[in-house]
Amino acid sequence: MDPVLLARIQFALTIGFHFIFPPLTIGLSWLIVWIMAKHKKTGDEFYRRMAHFWVKLFALSFAVGVATGITMEFQFGTNWAEYSRFVGDIFGAPLAAEGILAFFLESSFLAVLLLGWNRVSVRVHRFAAWMVAVGSTLSAFWIIVANSWQQTPAGYHIVNGRAELTNFAAAVFNPSTIPRYLHTVDAALITGAFFMAGISAWYLLKKRHISFVKESLRIGLIVGLIASVVQLGLGHLHAVQVAFTQPEKLAAIEGIFETQKRAPALIFGIPSKDEETVHAAIRLPGMLSLLAFGNLDAEVKGLKDYPKDEWPPLTLTFYPFHLMVALGIYFIALTAYGMYLLWKKKLFENRLFLKLALWSIPLPFIVNELGWISAEVGRQPWIVYHLLKTKDAVSITVPAGQILFSIIMFVLIYSLLFAAWLFLLRREINKGPDEARPASGKEALA
Amino acid sequence: MNALQAIWFLLIGVLLAVYAILDGFDLGVGFWHLFTKKDEHRRAFLNAIGPVWDGNEVWLLTGGGAIFAAFPHVYATVFSGLYLALMLVLFALIFRAVSIEFRSKSPSTRWRNTWDRAFSIGSALPALLFGVAVGNILRGLPLDSTKNFSGTFFDLLNPYALLFGLLGFAMFITHGALYLVLKTENELALRAKRWAQNVWGIYLGLFVLASIVTIITQPQLLDNYFSVPVLWIFPIFAIVMILAIRVFNGKDKAGRAFLASSLAIVGLCATAAAGLFPNLVPALNNLQWSLTVVNASSSTLTLTVMLILALLGMPIVIGYTIWIYRTFRGKVKMETDLHY
Repeated sequence: MDPVLLARIQFALTIGFHFIFPPLTIGLSWLIVWIMAKHKKTGDEFYRRMAHFWVKLFALSFAVGVATGITMEFQFGTNWAEYSRFVGDIFGAPLAAEGILAFFLESSFLAVLLLGWNRVSVRVHRFAAWMVAVGSTLSAFWIIVANSWQQTPAGYHIVNGRAELTNFAAAVFNPSTIPRYLHTVDAALITGAFFMAGISAWYLLKKRHISFVKESLRIGLIVGLIASVVQLGLGHLHAVQVAFTQPEKLAAIEGIFETQKRAPALIFGIPSKDEETVHAAIRLPGMLSLLAFGNLDAEVKGLKDYPKDEWPPLTLTFYPFHLMVALGIYFIALTAYGMYLLWKKKLFENRLFLKLALWSIPLPFIVNELGWISAEVGRQPWIVYHLLKTKDAVSITVPAGQILFSIIMFVLIYSLLFAAWLFLLRREINKGPDEARPASGKEALA
Repeated sequence: MNALQAIWFLLIGVLLAVYAILDGFDLGVGFWHLFTKKDEHRRAFLNAIGPVWDGNEVWLLTGGGAIFAAFPHVYATVFSGLYLALMLVLFALIFRAVSIEFRSKSPSTRWRNTWDRAFSIGSALPALLFGVAVGNILRGLPLDSTKNFSGTFFDLLNPYALLFGLLGFAMFITHGALYLVLKTENELALRAKRWAQNVWGIYLGLFVLASIVTIITQPQLLDNYFSVPVLWIFPIFAIVMILAIRVFNGKDKAGRAFLASSLAIVGLCATAAAGLFPNLVPALNNLQWSLTVVNASSSTLTLTVMLILALLGMPIVIGYTIWIYRTFRGKVKMETDLHY
C-alpha cells in the first residue's frame, strides 16, 4: 500500500480521536472556573459540590486527552520526517512553547484541582482551577499557531530547501492564527456547555438530583447560547480570512468553479469534480461576494483558475463545512429555545427540550471534527500551503507495513480507550453528584 | 559551532535528565506495582505518584518539542528511524496514562487487575526501551547521506544497546523503589527498601559492565574524556552516588537515598552526553554523516527565540513544580489519601 496514504490515515485517525477530548476539557475547565467563582461570590457550599461533580467528569476526559496527546508530540518525527526537516526551524518552536508555557501549567495544577479539595485552601483551589483553564487554553493557542502556519505560512524564508525563521512574531501571528484560535476556543466552550446542559437534562428527565442540576443546566444554556451566537461572527471572521489567504479552499468549500463577480453562497448542493459543477444547488445570489469581501461586486476566484491537481479534495472539504454551518445554526436555535423556556419558567419540566438537550451532547463533538476535516482537507494537496506537498513530506525510511501495523494498533487501543471512557462516564453520571456530603472538611475522595 | 548550539545541546540534556529523574520514579513504581497483591497497597502506590506523574511526563513532551525546535534533523531521523520502538513506547505510555486515572474508578476485581497490568507493563516497557535508545545513540545509528536512518528494526536490538536497556531498567526500578520507601508506611516501606537493596547490586554491576564494554568497544566515546580530562568527574560522580544509594538506604535515610539516586541519574546522563558531544547521533557507517549540533540545528534566530522562551518560562515551571511537590509531600495515608 501507499505509505503516504497510510501515514495520512494514521494522522487523521490519531488526531481525529485526540480532538474529541481537548475541546471538551477546555470548555469544561472554564465552566468549572465559573462555578467556583459563584462559590466565591455567594459563599454557598452548593457550588463547591457542584464543581466537585464536574471536576470528576473533567478528569476522566482530561486523562484520555493527555494520553492521546503524547502521540501527537512525536508523530511528526515518526511519520512525517521530511516535513519535520522542512519546517523544524519554525514548527518545533510552538510545540516546545506549548510544553513550557502551557502543558506544565495544566498538568501540574490539575493535580491540585483534583486532589486539593482538603489539602489546600479554597482560594488556592480556585486558583488551581484557573490555572488548568488558562493552561489548556494556552495549549490550544500554541497548537493552533503551529497548524495555522501550515495554512498561511509567514515570517520565514527558504534556505537550502528548508523554511527558516525570519520573524518569530510574524510566524506566530500568521494571517490565520487569530481567527482560527478564536473559532476553536469558542467551539470548545460550546462543547463544554452542551455537555453540561445535556447531562443535567438527563438527570431532570430521570427526576434525580433535580435541585442540584438545575443550576448546571442554566449555566450550560447561557454559555451555550452566547458561545453559539458569537460563533456566527467568529466563523465569519475565519471564512473571510480563508477568502483572502486561501482562495482555493474557499472555492472548494463553496463549490465555485468559475471565477465570478456576485458569487453566490451555497445552501445545498452536490459538487462534482469531473463535471466541474454543483448539482442540485440552492444558491443565495451574490452572498458569497458580500460575506467574504463585503461587496456584492467582489470577484471570487473559481477552482478552474488553479491547476486541477492542486484542487483540494472536494467531497471532504465541501460537505463537512456545510454540515458544520447547519449544525451551528441548530445550536443557536436549541439554546435560544431553552433560554426562552427558562424565561417562561417552563424549562425544567419541558421533556421535549430536555430530550433534545440530552441527544445533542455528541453534536458539538461532531461539529468540531467536521470543521477540522474541512480546514485540513481544504489545505491539500499541500502540507504547508504552496510550499511543500503532503506526498513529499512523509518519512522515507518507514516501510508501509510498519505504518499499517501501527494504524491497526492505534485503532484497537483507541477503541478500547473510548469504550472505557464512556463506561466510566456513565458510571460516574449514574452515581450522580454527592449532594449530602459537605465538600470541605475531611472528605474521602475515593 | 556557535554558543547557542552548545547551549541547546546542554538544555536538551537537562530536560531529558530531569525527565529521567522525575518520570523515572513513576516508571519504577509502575514496575513494582504487580509485586504486591493487595488492592490497598496498589492504591497506595498509585497515590504516591498520582499528583505528580502527569507533570513529570510533560518533561518528555517538552524534551521532544525542544529537540524538534532546536535540532529538527535529530527529531526527524531518530523518530522515523526508531519507528517501531517508538510506537511501542507510545502505546505503553498511552495505556499507562489512562490506567492511573481509570483503575480505581470501578470496584470490579477484573477491571482493576486489567488496568493494573496495563499500568505495570506500560511503565516497565518504556523503562527498558529508553535505555535501548540511549545505547543505540551512543553506539551510533546507520545513516545515509540524506541524514536518514538506513538500518532495520533488528539493527537496534544489538547487544550493546540491550545492555544499556538493562542498565536503564535497573536504574529506574531502583529509583522507583527508593521513591516508594519515601512515600509509603510500615510494611510497605520495608518491602520497598528490600526491593531497592536487591536490585541495587544489579544496577551497580550493569554500570560497571557497561563502562568496561564501552571502553573496549566504543573508544570514540572517550575522545572528549582524553582531551578534557576534567570530564572524568561525571562517571566518578555517578559511581559515588550509586554507592551512596546503598549506604543511605541501609541506614534508613530514605530522603538521602532518593537524592543520591537522582544525582546518580544526573551523573549517568552527563557521562553519556560528555562522550557524545558535539554529536547528537553519530553515524555508525560513515562519521561524515553524523548528526551534530552544527549540521542538525535550527537557525540562530530560532535557537535565540527558544532560549528566551525557556529562560522566561522554565523558572516559573520549576517554581510551581516545587510548590506542588511540597503540597503533596509526606507519606500516603491509607485513610485519607486514596484518590486513585
